[in-house]
Amino acid sequence: MRPWINRRVITTTAFVLAGAFAYINLDYSIAYSLGGKMVDRHEERLRGPEAFSDIPDNAERSEALFREMGKVIESPRCMNCHPKADSPTQREGRPHTPPVTRGVGGMGAEGLQCSTCHGEENVTFTNGEGSIPGHPAWHLAPATMAWQGSSLKGICEQLRDPERNGDRSLDELVEHNSEDTLVGWAWTPGVGREPAPGTQELFGALTRAWVDSGAVCPGTAG
Amino acid sequence: MTIEFELNGKAVTYSGDPDTPLLWALRDDFGLKGTKYGCGVAQCGACTVHVDGMNRRACVAPVSSMEGRSVTSIEGLTGAVAEAVQGAWVALNVPQCGYCQSGQIMSAIGLLGLIEDPSDADIDAAMAGNICRCVTYGRIRSAILQAAQKVKA
Amino acid sequence: MTSHLTRRSFLARAGTELVIAVVLPSLARAQAIRRMTPAEMREAPAAPSAFLRIGEDDSVTVISKHIEFGQGTFTGLAMLAAEELDADWSQMRVEAAPSEVTLYANLNMGMQGTGGSSAMANSYYQMRKAGAAARSMLVAAAAQEWNVQVKEILVERGVISHAASGRSSGFGAFATLAATMPLMLQPDLKDPETFRLIGTDLPRIDGDEKSTGKAVYSIDVERENMVQSAVLHPPVFGATLKQLDAAAADAIPGVLATVQLDRGVGVIAQTRFAAQRGVAALQADWDMSAAETRSSEEMFRTYAEATKTPGADTETRGLGAKGLEGTVRQVEAEYRFPFLAHAPMEPMGAVVDVQSEKAEFWMGSQLVTRDKTEIVKVLGMQPEQVDIHTMFAGGSFGRLGTPDAEFAAEVAAIGKAWGKGPVKHLWSRENDIRGGRYRPMSVHRLRGGIDEKGNVTAWDQVIAIQSFLKGTAFDGAVRNGVDRSAVEGARGVAYDIPNFHVGLHLMENGVTGNFWRSVGSSHTCFAVETFLDELFALGGVDPVQGRLSLISDEETRLRNVLERAADMADWSGVEGKPGRALGVAIVKCFRSYVAEIVEVSRGEDSLPKVHKVWCAVDCGVAINPDVIRAQMEGGIGFALGAAMYSEITIGAGGRPEQGNFDLFRSIRMSEMPEIEVSIVKSTADPTGVGEPGVPPIAPAVANAWRALTGKSIRTLPFSRGVMA
Repeated sequence: MRPWINRRVITTTAFVLAGAFAYINLDYSIAYSLGGKMVDRHEERLRGPEAFSDIPDNAERSEALFREMGKVIESPRCMNCHPKADSPTQREGRPHTPPVTRGVGGMGAEGLQCSTCHGEENVTFTNGEGSIPGHPAWHLAPATMAWQGSSLKGICEQLRDPERNGDRSLDELVEHNSEDTLVGWAWTPGVGREPAPGTQELFGALTRAWVDSGAVCPGTAG
Repeated sequence: MTIEFELNGKAVTYSGDPDTPLLWALRDDFGLKGTKYGCGVAQCGACTVHVDGMNRRACVAPVSSMEGRSVTSIEGLTGAVAEAVQGAWVALNVPQCGYCQSGQIMSAIGLLGLIEDPSDADIDAAMAGNICRCVTYGRIRSAILQAAQKVKA
Repeated sequence: MTSHLTRRSFLARAGTELVIAVVLPSLARAQAIRRMTPAEMREAPAAPSAFLRIGEDDSVTVISKHIEFGQGTFTGLAMLAAEELDADWSQMRVEAAPSEVTLYANLNMGMQGTGGSSAMANSYYQMRKAGAAARSMLVAAAAQEWNVQVKEILVERGVISHAASGRSSGFGAFATLAATMPLMLQPDLKDPETFRLIGTDLPRIDGDEKSTGKAVYSIDVERENMVQSAVLHPPVFGATLKQLDAAAADAIPGVLATVQLDRGVGVIAQTRFAAQRGVAALQADWDMSAAETRSSEEMFRTYAEATKTPGADTETRGLGAKGLEGTVRQVEAEYRFPFLAHAPMEPMGAVVDVQSEKAEFWMGSQLVTRDKTEIVKVLGMQPEQVDIHTMFAGGSFGRLGTPDAEFAAEVAAIGKAWGKGPVKHLWSRENDIRGGRYRPMSVHRLRGGIDEKGNVTAWDQVIAIQSFLKGTAFDGAVRNGVDRSAVEGARGVAYDIPNFHVGLHLMENGVTGNFWRSVGSSHTCFAVETFLDELFALGGVDPVQGRLSLISDEETRLRNVLERAADMADWSGVEGKPGRALGVAIVKCFRSYVAEIVEVSRGEDSLPKVHKVWCAVDCGVAINPDVIRAQMEGGIGFALGAAMYSEITIGAGGRPEQGNFDLFRSIRMSEMPEIEVSIVKSTADPTGVGEPGVPPIAPAVANAWRALTGKSIRTLPFSRGVMA
């Protein structure tokens, strides 16, 4: 259920734990205590486009690039707000609490908008046990762009389809993945959340390389 | 560093720790005790206030983020909607312990400011973030519906 | 002690308001110190000055010896006094009584305190007599002043009048003179048939201030030069502080001091934010040698094993468990109930001001006498040096009433350590959820059997649970290995089952337990009422008919509420509309009777979805029917939420796995069913309403679920039990 948690991280976390953190049960100490300091390790976990340059076949390389992009796309930081259902998930994919709903434009229900709780920046809880995410445009991806429950191949095909990718050309998709600051939140998710692997820059470069290599989806190359 | 914003219609300046949650600034610096602490992590809604007219959980809003904004706490409510909502709360004997009710009332007014005539589903969605451990939800729903009717009439 | 109170409480107010009558210390003391039976409560003499104050402005202030934490006590007590005083509702006010057991004891407890759904039950005569005595003194004063006959004077809706002379007046004008009139110790009380206020839906007396943010709770108390404190508790129950590094906390601007406490470390700071940050920055090392390190899974295994032997005998009828041998079909079931936090919306909080010669506390004090006793110990003071101002509390559900008054003691320790003026001590929500004093976890093993006609003829129930009363001031409830609070609702059940046994194993557990709304019945009612349905199903017996024929003859009120609920639900069996089923459960607790019937379907989340609840309650005279309806609605919602979603689980190593409302799930608006409440009209003395609505809802839902799906739920919460 939490494939990205490995024993190494737990050990490191335990080392960081002290004082009030000692209250937290194991599951939560993992979720709560991983901060930005872990980024170096996650960078290692996402390879850049050059790592795939030795794949001679264009389509195969394109596929491999997308699989690498998938490490980001399928991270909880991205998936949580691309739900098929009416409500997002949180943490490592469990139901969002309080039980919010999509509302108009993915901004939340009238009276309980995303902005009722989420401000423009992440805010660390006073108890030090985590944070609430923030971004000026914090909202849910539209239902047409839902990823939860889809295979990576399905998501890939969706990303190529302007009807289901927010009406973006492939070039615009590269720009979105490289520069959109809400996408970028995935790498600075605040205290208590593991960032998406790598960096947004790397993710953007992978997207560029994938598009340049024909934007082939996994399982479709020869 | 000082933070200037409007609070219940008056210009105020805050000069304490800018990371202080708005909740504690309201309660301990501005003496507005109607806004309550319930969870500190935006799970219960007891601290709900209006920021630029929209519902906001004061426990996770640093006072620094209020710069230039307009904040209304339960003490600063005015207008027909607020009057109708609070009137319905009293008429239907909604409060029990009463501790969450400032937040419930603020959320309800925030909802009615956006949807004049809410359905049950609208109420469910808007009020999902406000916990009442006395479980007065049935009466809260009735009071919102009654207030909406009153405002419309 | 009493004269001290008289001076303090009454002279202090003399500037603005006049107090009617004088205290009768000996009588007041005599009626206060011990538990009374309902008959003794009826006979106890009037003491109006302890409970009523009449102002020159005609206001009548009722002094409430009970805390108001949502249950409507202030409204109820004011109604009792106003009824006999013939006051107008608009002139009534209520304030909390000072901590003074000689005047303000709960007659049901023999100490000053609120609990056991006893506020109205123990005040019914006391407050009415106070009102009636005060009324007679006002009338006597008016008669003297107007020089007319007492019997010619009429009092109606706060107006004293004399028809023949055309004179009339409010109460205030006669307050001073009335105070000199003789006090009738046994004033005439109204015939309940003539009640004008009792029995009506008067608006809650605290409704306005609680709808405007003006009600003052402990957390809202403001004192000059007050500082703020927060606390770090050990992560595991029973762990103690080994070593503390407070350097990081001390470095936070505004942090003033750290205080070592019996349980953890307090941080005193200039602001709440600094105090909380200070706690988060403490680096504590814990001594785990006395800690409870078992997980709840391990505890459950031990408890389950224990229930395989009979345990201490709490009740045996007929052949007891041996009666099973004479039955034709049997069922055995093991039930598991989790620890439950109370999670009142207002986390534990208080303001304390310890000075050299006296100390003041502003807190939601539920068991005032217990709180004061522990405070006095911590401070090394005499009781008369300590004042507790009981504030509105943002809920309790039992949390504020701990037998050892651990929170009051912690507050006193903080106040004493600071010693420089007032301190506001406030727990975080995490302190609360992880802080223990839970509804104890338990395992019940039930074995039952039916005869060839389907009659339930044998019943054996063995319960494994800790006692949170043993070794406390409430130790009296524990005798011969039986803690009555742990088996209430199972022992003495109102069904005529010829062979019957309830056994009890009191388990050791370092995770602290406490009263939780409806106490023993919060789990026993579930086990009894669902297991009974299983036996009925075995014999092809309808759950309503089966109960009606099994309820003992003398329990007519219990039978009556069941029939009432069945009528309301139009009961003709468990089948409901397509995709829905009905379930029923009943309870007798705190001398009240409640039956609940629910309509349930399978929800989108595969959990029971409750559409409708029909609730019939008999609580004697319904003082304020709307408050009673609200308590039934709230009790049902509170218990339904707990049954559906709530549990405290102890993880490996002994740490509670929940810390806030994200994981300690509470019921929310969209999950609330429609509830219809019917109150049985009665002239019997009033009984409890705060708790009795709680027990039946969960078993009723589980019974409906089994009717709908064929599956029993024997592990709570349902979010766990349905999947099990």
